[in-house]
Amino acid sequence: MTTAILKRGSLAPALLGLGTLLTVIGLVEMLIRVGVINRYIVPLPSQIVMSFGRLVTEEDIFGRFRLTFFEALSAGALIAVVGVSIGILLYRVNVLRLACETWIAALASAPTVLMYPLFLVIFGRSAATIIMMGFVAGLPPVILKTLEGLSQTRRVLINVGRSFKLGPMQMFIKILFPAALPTIFVGLRLGLIFTLINVVGIEFLIQFGGLGQLINDLSERYDLPGTYGAICFVILVSVLFFIAMERVERWLRPAE
Amino acid sequence: MVEAGRITQGAVLQARAQPVTQVRVVIILVTLVGWELLAQSGLLYRDVVPSLGKIGMATVTLLSDRDYYWNLGVTAAEIAAGLAIGGISGLLVGIVLGGSRLLGRAFEPYIYYLGPTPKIIFFPVMIMWFGVGSGSKIAMGVISCFFPIALSVAAGMRQIDKVLIRVGRSFRANAWQMVTKIYLPAMRHPVINGVRLGLGVALIGTLLAETRLSNQGIGFLIYQAYTLFDMPRMYAMLIVLFVIAIGANAIVGWLGGLHTSNATDR
Repeated sequence: MTTAILKRGSLAPALLGLGTLLTVIGLVEMLIRVGVINRYIVPLPSQIVMSFGRLVTEEDIFGRFRLTFFEALSAGALIAVVGVSIGILLYRVNVLRLACETWIAALASAPTVLMYPLFLVIFGRSAATIIMMGFVAGLPPVILKTLEGLSQTRRVLINVGRSFKLGPMQMFIKILFPAALPTIFVGLRLGLIFTLINVVGIEFLIQFGGLGQLINDLSERYDLPGTYGAICFVILVSVLFFIAMERVERWLRPAE
Repeated sequence: MVEAGRITQGAVLQARAQPVTQVRVVIILVTLVGWELLAQSGLLYRDVVPSLGKIGMATVTLLSDRDYYWNLGVTAAEIAAGLAIGGISGLLVGIVLGGSRLLGRAFEPYIYYLGPTPKIIFFPVMIMWFGVGSGSKIAMGVISCFFPIALSVAAGMRQIDKVLIRVGRSFRANAWQMVTKIYLPAMRHPVINGVRLGLGVALIGTLLAETRLSNQGIGFLIYQAYTLFDMPRMYAMLIVLFVIAIGANAIVGWLGGLHTSNATDR
């Protein structure tokens, strides 16, 4: 959607958006300096900018980013392997699909992240808890989209495969899977977004790991500029991640 | 003839449903038996996987506990307040952004990309702004549900039939009348869909905030069960909570006629 917005957009709306953002930041800076906004609750935006250097040198923000990235990547690999496999299984066994599809859809709308105390008990306060929480959150969309992609393979492609007398495995490798790949990637993108959200969130909640823990540490030290700076860094990382995912998805769907 | 066709179709559907029901029953039974065997085996630490009897007892005890309903009321009130504030502000922002091409192109990308960021990281800031009480939990609900509702409404605004808008203008409807008589009825489905998505994330945002720092609410009770290592109670609370969350989601979807809701569009 945003791709379309950005494509259609000219320079004027982008400048208006950016200009408004900078104006609001400038206004907040001014209101804090004149004492309208309490500087012990909201730090000066200039202080937040200055804190970035400290976050890199003293708090090892890039090392923490690597850890968060590793956790999200591990959970992402798990949802890709397990999610796509379950999706294929459900596609192959129709009765299983009819029995389970609504359950998986219900699981997707359930607040599974609240199971983190349970995972803490099972896996301990470790990266395993974070990875497993990311895995549980990201799994349903991958299964559902794999199933959708395989089911929506165009009849003509399947007929072409049949006319070449392809076996079931050849049919799957040469026709079904490549045709379903763009839709499977939509599921992977959604799954990875949920995974990333959960990984950072659980790091924050259980005070373990990378970027989420850093925000918690800084807020408990009452380092306001650092806390706001770390939050801005996480937002930046998330936004760049979403943009990258969108780019890959667009590359896989050149026709759209 | 038509009647006969209907009967045949009904019989086919019934015949197809039977194996599905059987498979469902088998899956449930295998899961329950596997769980019970794991609980009895002692492979995991004691009570990490409690027996089904213990979980059942804990569920009954939980549902007959008045204190639980009081905490449920606190959480429900926080979610309702968050959804109301976030929903109304999301609705207004969505109408403005969806109604203006320039404003939509200028500001919608920010909302679009901020939407899926992990909201729980704002909790320390919300505590500083609104304190450790219900205020910070309501604020978490607000920032969680604002984004999906604003985006759904903006998309819905763009899909309104231009003829309807011209009809409203030709009747010289003012801004309030345009919103209540034209925009909202015309984009009922996107609004309800946004509220459905918003409800889900507001619930998660509020409950997670309660698990982090609170002395009341369901999130607090879940975390308390963890700290006391009362695993049957924790399982019971999670089961009840999941049933409530999935039920609330289904009701909102049903109210908006979203019978074919897609679970992956969260």
